[in-house]
Amino acid sequence: MANHVGTLDAPRTLRAPAGPLRVLGALWRFCRAKPLGAIGGMLVLLMIGMAVFANWIAPYAYDETIRGARMKAPGAQFWMGTDNLGRDIFSRVVYGARVSVTVGFGAVLLANFLATVIGITSGYFGGKYDICVQRVVDAWQSFPFLVVILSIMAVLGPGMLNVILALGVLGAAAASRVIRGATIGIIQNQYIEAARALGAGHIRIMCRYVFPNVTATIIILATIGLGGAILAESALSFLGFGVPPPYPSWGAMLSGSGRSYMYTAPWMAIWPGAAISLAVFGFNMLGDALRDLLDPRLRGAGGGRIR
Amino acid sequence: MKKYVLRRILVAIPSLLIASVIVFSLPRLLPGDVVQLMLEEKAYGKDLEELREKLGLNRPIYIQYWEWLGRVARGDLGESLWTRRPVVEELLRRLPVSMELGLLALFFAIVIALPIGVLAAVRQDSASDFIARSLAILGLSVPGFWIATLVVLLPAIWWGWSPPIQFTEFSKDKWAHISQFLLPAFILGIASAAAIMRLTRAMLLEVLRQDYVRTAWAKGLREAVVVSKHSLKNAIIPVVTVLGIQIAQILGGTVIFEQIFGLPGMGRFLFDAINQRDYPVIQGVNLIIVSVVVGMNLLVDAMYAFLDPRIRY
Repeated sequence: MANHVGTLDAPRTLRAPAGPLRVLGALWRFCRAKPLGAIGGMLVLLMIGMAVFANWIAPYAYDETIRGARMKAPGAQFWMGTDNLGRDIFSRVVYGARVSVTVGFGAVLLANFLATVIGITSGYFGGKYDICVQRVVDAWQSFPFLVVILSIMAVLGPGMLNVILALGVLGAAAASRVIRGATIGIIQNQYIEAARALGAGHIRIMCRYVFPNVTATIIILATIGLGGAILAESALSFLGFGVPPPYPSWGAMLSGSGRSYMYTAPWMAIWPGAAISLAVFGFNMLGDALRDLLDPRLRGAGGGRIR
Repeated sequence: MKKYVLRRILVAIPSLLIASVIVFSLPRLLPGDVVQLMLEEKAYGKDLEELREKLGLNRPIYIQYWEWLGRVARGDLGESLWTRRPVVEELLRRLPVSMELGLLALFFAIVIALPIGVLAAVRQDSASDFIARSLAILGLSVPGFWIATLVVLLPAIWWGWSPPIQFTEFSKDKWAHISQFLLPAFILGIASAAAIMRLTRAMLLEVLRQDYVRTAWAKGLREAVVVSKHSLKNAIIPVVTVLGIQIAQILGGTVIFEQIFGLPGMGRFLFDAINQRDYPVIQGVNLIIVSVVVGMNLLVDAMYAFLDPRIRY
């Protein structure tokens, strides 16, 4: 900002070391304070790495049928064994991370965008608008998650984009409640009154004053929501409404035609489930740690999930 | 108290109405024409138009909704498009199965969660607290359908034993009937147990730092009395609220668990109906499930007012 004649420079405060050093320092403090959260973060990084570099990590293609290798037990050549069609399970688990990461991030992005818009406006305006919106959220929430999502997926048909849409729209309701609560707390503050006195409009107040103050809440909701979204995607795929074959989704690998072969090849049932559990475990641990550090008031929120 | 409950009921009505619109319109958006399907596979009528008229699908959608609501109010949920049997009749047969599974799962969840949650809070930051918390996060992370798959699979491989998949009626064999629910209900309850345990611990920790708890300690009361009588009673109130959400979660979970364990309940009914695009059945099951959830939430709210007389809405 240019200095006008006659105004004083704003007092300068000491800056923390900028750039990579600061980030490293913060990371180090996080690991010290929350070792479990750090483990969660590592699991999350591992999963994202698997998804991004699947082409390089996986020794085989996900739909490659290897001759003479039907239902081979885990060993040196096939680390996690092969399935009833002679496909390498390790490769499929690696590629499966792509589905989980894409659906997880896509759904959470959509859900938190909607939740932020609904939550902030509902909390900010209050009154009749708030009452109406909250009744719709009530109705939305009184459906069991899995029941609605099955019905929605039946409408949309299987496919990755549809899973993201369904999970995103559904996840918004619960998250919007939390953001609305945070907003109601924030608009009591004097700086909101001050902004209004200065003549700031509704949109300006919501964007410049309310939103920055709920970002911590949003980040926490997103991290915990990611675990939930990944679980939900796997459940949907398990029921046959997720990402269509042959593309490997961890949930789908546990269901369908492979189930009858699992008695002779139990490794088919073990690895995909372990992958889901570890991924969700990682996000939950990270989310918990972030919440404790950023906003302890949220403790106890976000316990909901689907099986 | 009466006024509070009355108010809650009034608030629940618009929610139920909005829910009924959602219930009604969702299956109508299903891709693929059920009429086409029925004509091809079941040959119910001569041509598409005739069948459409027979099923009442040719009229405007808002008239269909209005008529449907009127019939629902009279306890008529229509008949299945496929089996031509009244939906209410089918539901009455299946509802008890799902309720049995759901209530048993809730029972397991509470019985596991409360003692562990209390222990973790009272012994905060001890080894047992650490283990309890890790187990809870694990319980929230491991998909129930995976545990269920392993529980069916592994014992069969190791010892040649597998849980019963054939459904036994209560009238035929009481013990076989109850025991077939134990395993699925337990696994279904795990995730809820984890959520309830975490909340119990968090709430109890908050209460244990209150002044009146310090007073109770100062009076020289035993730990058991301080924890159970002075602290838990106050900490349990938010936990009760969460039970409402958990009931909804558990009901949703029945869709998967009835599938895996071969229980003829509502969840499986819904799953089959979605696959067959059986509108009246999807609507019926959804409506019943929503009503159960809204009803349970009302019950929870009433309990809330009963537990905490300060609550006035």
